[in-house]
Amino acid sequence: MSNIWHWFVIAGTIGSLVWFLWLLFANRQTSGDETTGHTSDGIDEFDNPLPAWWVGLFVLSIVFALGYLAYYPGLGNVPGTGGWTSTGQLEREQSAHDARFAGLYADLASLDQPALHSDRLARQVGRRLFINHCSTCHGVTGRGSAGFPDLTDDEWIWGAGFENVKSAILRGRTAIMPPWGPAIGEDGVADVTQTVLKMAGRQHDSAAAARGETHYKTVCIACHGLTGEGSAILGAPDLTNDIWLYGGSVEAIATGIRDGRTGMMPSQADLLTEDKAHVLAGYVTSLQSARAAAQ
Amino acid sequence: MNGSPTEDPIRLEGFGPRDLYQRREKIFTRYIGGIFQKLRFFTGWPLLTGYFLLPWLNWGERQAVLFDLPAREFHILGLTFWPQDLWLLGWLLIIAAFGLFTVTTLVGRLWCGYTCPQTVWTAIFMWVEQVTEGPRHQRVRLEQSPWTIEKLRKRTFKHAMWLGWAFLTGFTFVGYFTPVRELAVDFFTLDIAGWAGLWTLFFTLATYINAGWLREQVCIYMCPYARFQSAMFDKDTLIVSYDAIRGEPRGSRKRTAAAHELGDCVDCQLCVQVCPTGIDIRNGLQYECIGCAHCIDACAQVMDKMDYAPGLIRYTTEHELSGGQTRWFRLRSMGYGAAVVLMTCLFTAAVFLRIPFEVDVLRERGELYQHVAGNQIANQYRLRVLNKSQHAARLSLSLDSSLPLQALGVTHIDAAAGELLDIPLELTAPVDSIRVPNTEVRIQICEVDSDLCVSEVTRFLGPIE
Repeated sequence: MSNIWHWFVIAGTIGSLVWFLWLLFANRQTSGDETTGHTSDGIDEFDNPLPAWWVGLFVLSIVFALGYLAYYPGLGNVPGTGGWTSTGQLEREQSAHDARFAGLYADLASLDQPALHSDRLARQVGRRLFINHCSTCHGVTGRGSAGFPDLTDDEWIWGAGFENVKSAILRGRTAIMPPWGPAIGEDGVADVTQTVLKMAGRQHDSAAAARGETHYKTVCIACHGLTGEGSAILGAPDLTNDIWLYGGSVEAIATGIRDGRTGMMPSQADLLTEDKAHVLAGYVTSLQSARAAAQ
Repeated sequence: MNGSPTEDPIRLEGFGPRDLYQRREKIFTRYIGGIFQKLRFFTGWPLLTGYFLLPWLNWGERQAVLFDLPAREFHILGLTFWPQDLWLLGWLLIIAAFGLFTVTTLVGRLWCGYTCPQTVWTAIFMWVEQVTEGPRHQRVRLEQSPWTIEKLRKRTFKHAMWLGWAFLTGFTFVGYFTPVRELAVDFFTLDIAGWAGLWTLFFTLATYINAGWLREQVCIYMCPYARFQSAMFDKDTLIVSYDAIRGEPRGSRKRTAAAHELGDCVDCQLCVQVCPTGIDIRNGLQYECIGCAHCIDACAQVMDKMDYAPGLIRYTTEHELSGGQTRWFRLRSMGYGAAVVLMTCLFTAAVFLRIPFEVDVLRERGELYQHVAGNQIANQYRLRVLNKSQHAARLSLSLDSSLPLQALGVTHIDAAAGELLDIPLELTAPVDSIRVPNTEVRIQICEVDSDLCVSEVTRFLGPIE
């Protein structure tokens, strides 16, 4: 708050307190007339005395206000002697909340993966955590969307398994597919696209696919491997199945090759404790089998 | 009514310029027995007993009446109410208000005089005063006397009893909001801390101050009902009134005096001395009068001693006082009564036909729809299912839509008592079944055992070619 408003608030607050006190003092006696002189519809307004205890309450509330203003921040930018801040209160409430549920999470974190999948409470807590922390990108059912992996299928770009998922949650992932358009040219992009379609077992132009093979063996092979099986260590997707993170159309694949892709799973370590990530990883790894069972 | 200035030394009016801030004049009420005091006693004790014992009753595993504020669950016997049911409380309060209106138009301030906690607790505190400090004249003397050991002893005893009763009251009140048995153990082991202790202290002090110190000040200055009820009085409303035609001119006389010029009022001041709000009923109907009938009982005793007919001060109506007949059946009171009966029936129906489940459907915000394997279109939803009942329930899910929709993975939902569940739901339909981009879907949740259903409408989105 700027200096002018700072003093405006102080003057307004203290000024009105003083004014209230003066009002109480100045009105301590009546004229002795029975009415105030106001008449409405033939009804006179009586000048009846106010109970003294009521006036006492007014004075008490002014005393309270002074104490409040001394302790809490109320007068412009003056912080108050109590050191209260809204941030501080939020942090206190958060830590109280964390302390309250720490035991619950510690219990759940002692469960192994099969137990996490079968325990009703673990599943419920995991689902809540998922909805709060993951569903913005991966969707409430874990289906994902373009650029955000589907967690209910059997492709795990950074490796399958509980520990990999937990590690992804806590440390995040950054995947980079470099842009190859400048290096291999537009024709090269079209050819490599056909090569990739061939690897996926989809309809393709075999002549173009064969031409693209040269480019593939020069640049793509380093990450995606000789047969397009991908690499979990580098986060390079398997190209031999029909699961496409950025869409499976020919244009989408060509765009990926030409312009590259950057995938970013942010680390949740600042938001989730290790115990919570454990429960969450249990829930995420259960999605695939739950879907398989439903189908 | 031009009564002579009262001769009671304790209530002398000042004249001329005066303090606008008026000191409260302490009222010393005289104890009086009589039929209306018995009536108050025998109607009051069952209510008080109910108030003090209700929290100790159990219903199954749980306290029968418990308003669990942190959990936002309000248990009353076999029913549990949730914040979503707040409209029922509003309904109940409206019924209570109309009930009060009905009673007030017919019999005046019956609530104030007999059942209002302010009156009842004040009466109890006055009884404590009577026990510890003696009858009225002794209390007046004690008030004026300098501090002696005797005065200190009596006052200490009085305030201790007041505080004890106030503590029981406050403790019981808090016991409606937090499990009373645990609270009692905490108090007995002096292991009380936190909000429960603070609120007990608050209600203890509030009771002590209200019933011990503020008393009639609450009725006169604070209570809104005391003020707006005059709008409901008419000439046939029962009021406590002094029969001036019969009583005036008032004056003292010997009990044996046979013939005199005076009316029946012997001007004994008893009606003033017993009044808990410190008024003289002979000055006519006043807003301070809470209709407690202390003056009726006091006057009846005196009339009896004088061998006069009772009822110089009595429950009567303005019509009756002016020589007419009281009309009991009036449009206004019957209208209020009919409204109460009607609303009570509707309320009872609403409570017992209430479906103890709720469902909310939230569409996924990330994507409108997805192409998924099998040439299907998928939409994602989040169901929030709340079981408001006191038993675990198995719920089934069904869909009503013009599309051949499938709900993948959700066949039934098991919800424990009072549980709120988030259920991710994926609906799929074959691409070629979709003719319009936006189709209505009704999602219905039914309890398998009872066939009670709730439903919610949402949309299924798809591509248009």
